[in-house]
Amino acid sequence: MTIKKGDWVRIHRTILTPAERAPQVPEDTKKVPLEMWVKGFSQTDANIGDEIEVKTITGRIEKGTVIELEPTYKHSFGNYVPEITQIGIELRNILFGGDQDER
Amino acid sequence: MKDNSYSAVMSRRNEIMKQAIGIDYTDFELDGIHFDYERMMRETGYTLEEMQEIQGKTGVGNTPLLELRNLTALARKLAPEGKGARIFIKDEASNPSGSFKARRAANAVYHAKRLGYKGVIAATSGNYGSAVASQAAMHGLKCIIVQETFDSNGVGQPEIVEKARKCEAYGAEVIQLTVGPELFYQFLLLLEETGYFNASLYTPFGIAGVETLGYELSMQCREKYGKDPDVVVCTNAGGGNLTGTARGLIKAGALDTTVVGASVDLSGLHMASDEQFNKKSFTTGHTGFGVPFSTVPDRSDVPRSAARPMRYMDRYVTVTQGEVFYMTEALAQLEGLEKGPAGNTALVAAFSIAQEMNADQIIVVQETEYTGAGKHIQPQLSFARDNGIDIHFGNPVDQKPGVNIILPRHPNLIKAIDLDMDKLRVSLIKNAIAGKSFAELSEDEINYLCLETKKDKAYVERVIKELQ
Repeated sequence: MTIKKGDWVRIHRTILTPAERAPQVPEDTKKVPLEMWVKGFSQTDANIGDEIEVKTITGRIEKGTVIELEPTYKHSFGNYVPEITQIGIELRNILFGGDQDER
Repeated sequence: MKDNSYSAVMSRRNEIMKQAIGIDYTDFELDGIHFDYERMMRETGYTLEEMQEIQGKTGVGNTPLLELRNLTALARKLAPEGKGARIFIKDEASNPSGSFKARRAANAVYHAKRLGYKGVIAATSGNYGSAVASQAAMHGLKCIIVQETFDSNGVGQPEIVEKARKCEAYGAEVIQLTVGPELFYQFLLLLEETGYFNASLYTPFGIAGVETLGYELSMQCREKYGKDPDVVVCTNAGGGNLTGTARGLIKAGALDTTVVGASVDLSGLHMASDEQFNKKSFTTGHTGFGVPFSTVPDRSDVPRSAARPMRYMDRYVTVTQGEVFYMTEALAQLEGLEKGPAGNTALVAAFSIAQEMNADQIIVVQETEYTGAGKHIQPQLSFARDNGIDIHFGNPVDQKPGVNIILPRHPNLIKAIDLDMDKLRVSLIKNAIAGKSFAELSEDEINYLCLETKKDKAYVERVIKELQ
């Protein structure tokens, strides 16, 4: 058992299957389920992929497939985008003149 | 056992909402198509003084009004002789939680606490979620935020993923969903399960909370420059920002100030499309919300929305994703202010409109927002490139949302494009009258339509007759 009771985990659950989706949903969205992710404290020992219950930070009990132990944030500042560097160079040129070195 | 199928829950929506907001909206309904908007705002909202006190106690409001001298100088370089208004920005990022949404949340959460609710829930992928979470933390209430975060491959918009982190930082539970309007279904189930308050963006308390913003900026301009701003530009999505700001300006007596709405042009992209979800680089402040919420304001999560932008808007312009990213970088490089992109939508419009105005006039952009990992020009452009979006320098008029992002080759290519306000008004009237003829409408209903469109009776009559 990689997950112990009380560990902070992330679970996943399908809320609506494609067949249960709302009538006004566009075709491409209707082909896929409505899915949910939420974090909480595991209520049991478990392995990744097990159906478990968690207690969320507000104290609610949620059910789902456990997909991650001790989830963290992985979003970042992304890759370098060369165009961004050019914007500053050009704007300073236009506003302050080509040569910013005033010696 | 309760029937929790989609259709069963949706059919209980009014009952659930009544419990979750504490407002019986039927109280304000009048015969026929209309309702008493001002009475709703009066009886369920707060006075300006009360709001200033509520917000002041949690450190919200009184944000600085900053003059953007270098951007003004740049605009003047590009404008005809004697043109180029002074550009100012209200630094709303300095609110707790980093955006003007703190004003909306302050009132809503205060109200929830006063009514004895144990917690608050909001359905939002934007800054409002963290604002509600921050206020809930201050008031010791529990908080749940429901977000539309991922496409069906589990790929999240970086901006939304960051907002989830921020909500959790304030102790909120964040429920993340894939794309689709059924978010509202899950939201209703949660309201029913928890008995928490629906801190909707569209309640009278929320909208009234923004009135302090409009009021403040008028006072700040008068104090420093001896007059009201000539133009105020608001980024427009659900309409609450513009509605609240404009109402605040009116309360300050700034009746001659022109109120401009600005949205990022995302025409052609479907907001509920799984495939297109990650093809857009803006998750708010765009036409996908701005246009439908202008013409059908009551499409929100409450029976009658307090956000009614067409009552207050004098002009509505669109700008492009590329222009907003460019201007976000310009704000950092020329003004030393690093802010989140979405809040700079109005700044692009102001930079363009300033060039039409006289140099002694004042134009105010009424918000900035915080920036950070995910919610920043670089990760958002990097994400776009990873999703196959073509990013290059060129003329923004050639942009195609979901296909490319065109950064202006030169700042003289930055142009706010006017939306046809009459088309929006006709659409609003058409939706409101629901097939009724002019003769079937009472005098009061016609007056209501005049207020809804900021137009006179002759105009409303002509539109309705032309519709038939």
